[in-house]
Amino acid sequence: MLSNTEKELIVQIWDKMIPVAEDIGSEALLRMFTTFPKTKTYFSHLDISPRSDHLRCHGKKIVQALAEGARNISTLTTTLAPLSRFHAYQLRIHPTNFKLLNHCILVTLACYMGENFTPVAHAAIDKYLSAFSAVLAEKFR
Amino acid sequence: MVQWKAEERAAIQAVFAKLDYESVGRETLTRLLVVYPWTRRYFGGFGNLFNSEAIMANPKVAAHGIVVLRGLEMALKNMDDIKNTYASLSELHSEKLQVDPGNFQLLGDCLTVVIATRMRTEFTPDIQAAWQKFLAVVVSGDGS
Repeated sequence: MLSNTEKELIVQIWDKMIPVAEDIGSEALLRMFTTFPKTKTYFSHLDISPRSDHLRCHGKKIVQALAEGARNISTLTTTLAPLSRFHAYQLRIHPTNFKLLNHCILVTLACYMGENFTPVAHAAIDKYLSAFSAVLAEKFR
Repeated sequence: MVQWKAEERAAIQAVFAKLDYESVGRETLTRLLVVYPWTRRYFGGFGNLFNSEAIMANPKVAAHGIVVLRGLEMALKNMDDIKNTYASLSELHSEKLQVDPGNFQLLGDCLTVVIATRMRTEFTPDIQAAWQKFLAVVVSGDGS
């Protein structure tokens, strides 16, 4: 359940990430692969070494999707429908992995924003990422 | 028993060396109570925890934050035997305080985020991985 203040905060934060989408996205993925090596199994078709083109490109897609979702929070299910189908029917990711990437996104934002990543911002983004992941996993069964 | 590589020990020591227990402890517990509000159930004697402003200003939260970090320091000093080091703390949390063990993971996550806000680019993916391996051992030592 997101308050209006939280929704505004979420949009503000993700809008700031759009110009650095490649950096933020690739860093979150790299953190996830380093801390939770089992997550690499879903990316065996890509070169996910640090600073690789695939990592930067994929990271950018993730941040752009998160930014778009932020601007359409009340219609997440509709906005994310294609991504939701993709994750359910093609990627078939074990749902626990969403939490691992979400945590690494939080850590990346914390490193990037420093003290501006306040407890209130942390709570808002965590709630948003949970809601986003739930929509992505919606069609799994 | 957990095996630690030399670089992992060094990374974990380096993170601890930078920790200001008072400020990091207070902020970690604050984030736990703000981001995961159900955890307030364990702190009934702490007074006003009704909203984020109250939590951030609460002196008992600040004091307890230091207690938590001192507890974590015990694991740092006994990295090769964390499970036994935490035997009595584990019993306290499970038998007396009856904390749902899932919440230890959340506290660890909040601490990691606070460290990230302080260390920023110095909290590299490799250092994060070592730090989280340490926390995982602590959480399982405290949760059993």
